[in-house]
Amino acid sequence: MENEKHHIVPYRLYAVVLLLLLVLTFISIAITDINLGAFTVVGALLLASIKSGLVLIYFMHLKFDKAYIQIMVGMVFILFIAIVLVTFFDYYFR
Amino acid sequence: MQASSKIPTDVSYLEYEGKHKGLRAWIFSTDHKRIGLLYLYSMMTLFLVGVILGLAMRFELIAPGKTIMDAKDYNAVFTVHGVIMIFMIVIPGLPAVFGNFMLPIMIGAKDVAFPKLNLLSWWVYIAGAFLVITSVLFGDGSPDTGWTFYAPYSFKTGANMLPAIFGAFVLGFSSILTGLNFIVTMHRMRAPGMTWTKMPLFPWSLYGTAWIQLLATPIVGITLVLVALERIFGIGVFDPALGGDPILYQHLFWIYSHPAVYVMILPAMGAISEIIPTFSQKHIFGYKVLVVSTLAIAFIGYFVWGHHMFTSGMSGTAQYTFSILTFLVAIPSAIKVFNWISTMYKGSINVQTPFYWAASFIFVFMIGGLSGLVVGALATNVYLHDTAFVVAHFHFIVFGGVGFSFFGAIHYWFPKMFGRMYDATWANIGWLIFTIGFLALYSPMFYLGMQGMPRRYYDYLEEFHAANILSTLGSWVMTLGLIIVIINLFRSAKSGPIAVANPWNGKTLEWTVPSPPPVENFDEIPEYQEKDGPYEYQ
Amino acid sequence: MSQVIHHDEHYDPEGSKIGMWLFIFTELLLFGGLFIVYSVYRYMNADAFHLAAEELNTTVGALNTVILLISSMTIAMSTTALQKKQKATTIVLLEITFMLALIFLVNKYFEWGVKFDHGIFPGSEFMKAEMSQGEVLFFGLYFVMTGLHALHIVAGLVIMGFALARVQKGTVHADRPSLLENAGLYWHLVDLIWIFLFPLFYLIT
Repeated sequence: MENEKHHIVPYRLYAVVLLLLLVLTFISIAITDINLGAFTVVGALLLASIKSGLVLIYFMHLKFDKAYIQIMVGMVFILFIAIVLVTFFDYYFR
Repeated sequence: MQASSKIPTDVSYLEYEGKHKGLRAWIFSTDHKRIGLLYLYSMMTLFLVGVILGLAMRFELIAPGKTIMDAKDYNAVFTVHGVIMIFMIVIPGLPAVFGNFMLPIMIGAKDVAFPKLNLLSWWVYIAGAFLVITSVLFGDGSPDTGWTFYAPYSFKTGANMLPAIFGAFVLGFSSILTGLNFIVTMHRMRAPGMTWTKMPLFPWSLYGTAWIQLLATPIVGITLVLVALERIFGIGVFDPALGGDPILYQHLFWIYSHPAVYVMILPAMGAISEIIPTFSQKHIFGYKVLVVSTLAIAFIGYFVWGHHMFTSGMSGTAQYTFSILTFLVAIPSAIKVFNWISTMYKGSINVQTPFYWAASFIFVFMIGGLSGLVVGALATNVYLHDTAFVVAHFHFIVFGGVGFSFFGAIHYWFPKMFGRMYDATWANIGWLIFTIGFLALYSPMFYLGMQGMPRRYYDYLEEFHAANILSTLGSWVMTLGLIIVIINLFRSAKSGPIAVANPWNGKTLEWTVPSPPPVENFDEIPEYQEKDGPYEYQ
Repeated sequence: MSQVIHHDEHYDPEGSKIGMWLFIFTELLLFGGLFIVYSVYRYMNADAFHLAAEELNTTVGALNTVILLISSMTIAMSTTALQKKQKATTIVLLEITFMLALIFLVNKYFEWGVKFDHGIFPGSEFMKAEMSQGEVLFFGLYFVMTGLHALHIVAGLVIMGFALARVQKGTVHADRPSLLENAGLYWHLVDLIWIFLFPLFYLIT
């Protein structure tokens, strides 16, 4: 009975998102040749995060979903990052 | 699929015969109540196997030197004992039996969100259990690594590891699917009028638990896969000879296995939160605080895993960080104990079997919890790690916690599940003997650990002999109590006096349906009208 | 207005969407465990990882990235087509997604084949003899993570197959879109994982 999603996402929006994703992919390949030292990882992860944000928000429809789903997704990512950070309390300080 | 108009509302779920007949009507049933009982019977069977292994260990330890087995066999026995008890009993635990049976009824639903997935969970559980058992019976010897499968031994040992590893992996799926089902059920199928803040505490505990099952289990899943790959291909991920770090294995393993203990205890606490108000005939003290404590334990519990690894070689920073966080996670648990006792205060106590189990739960859980602070403190842990003290700690808190709560819950919900009353005299005798045996079995281990007796050794110094004898005698007394309890439950289920719908004057929705309930629980989905939530006694 | 004959009181699109998201969370944590292993060993063997990454073919990796990104768009578009009751378009978009996934797998097959020919495979004696420990770890992780990812692509193909069949049969349609939408969610997850795998393995030279 429920059809809370009467909103239909136009094809155009998906095409624009793809374009952005391709641009970001190109950028991340291009900066590979630049030696950023310790910031290489940061740069790579930053760009990947923006790309995945686009996929999550538009392709996976989070932008148009109810708040609690958005909160769940956010919390899961926060949890994972926190676990990685706590793990590095060991490795970084050895 | 048109179901509701065809299923009669006056036939109990035990009697109903649908598409299938006989045994097939049970093992292919998608009725959450039958699935709960399927878990109950299979878990009880596996539990008895685990008990026998435990008794075998205690018999070996009744005297120094070899009594009935040598070191290698002893290693296999404590490994299989651990794998069964952890992965097949206490982790599925109360959610598999009482979660399945009671959750939909307590929130006013006809079943869980995905009934077929629920049945699959049980089948996957059986498959996983079967795999682990084959590892013991076939191949080059039963696993002997301890249930923790530590690298590098887990990929070097000649024992039959792969089926056990794979079995644990499969069992993890069962846990994940149950968690998934329960979360969706609570989000989508609460009866009209039952807001989140009116949902009883057992469902709340299942909610917190389900998130841990969902998010933590995959990590141990992939870790076990990596151990298997290390065994088969030698990829080097945990092998120091190839640059791998065995401590990384420990991190990954405990990132799951610590939250797993909250999977064990949260539903157990949830059941206690149901029993105590009912048998105090008084509303629960601090409902909202208990909900927040449940979620706080679930969340903080993700970040304390390193307290299993204080002596492993972690950095000093990691050591004291984990120690501080461990003390933090103890706080909400203590708050719960305070709230339970406050509920009893000035209540009208109905001294029945479930209450005996609940009260003794608080006692043994406190001992377990306080001893947890002793091993959670970095300085004392260094001395006590891998001694019998730790064994005492986790048996008090896990067996004491989950076990006592489970027995309390089975007696509490027995009339609802089977439509009959258990024999209270025998139930209480069983409880008393069990509790005395339990205390005699595990208390000496605190002393032994402090005196320096290591765990997981089949032999020990002569000075530890007397305390070990006491402990072994305790295991026999406890087993006697266990047998009395179980036989009583079996006989009562078959031929106990017929039970009424609400023998305890409980206030939650399961007491409004017949004992035993009809297949779809309610004639019509109730409109939940309690102004102030559950537990309103007048 | 429902087009099916039976009224199904058990159809709960929001519930099944939550269910798929919860499943996606388990997959994120499953791969997350491997990312933890990667991050620890990268931290401890930074130079060896850089060296080993040069063995990988960035062009093929980039191509595969583009393929997956496009396939995510096409399957997302297919849900729009379904809602607009454009059945033929839905099917074409799904078929394109399916083909792109197959091409990804074919690329992977050749990529791994080249590695194997060079003596680079899990447990290879050549690697243990010729490479540093950090490089061996890099390739161990490379095969496990891209292999697990490829398995998920295969699962995605199966799921897409189901969705295709049901759309064609007419049991998945504008008023009952869950199967296709959730299949799309799963596919985007597969894409998400690759979005991180690609730079961490191919672009750290």
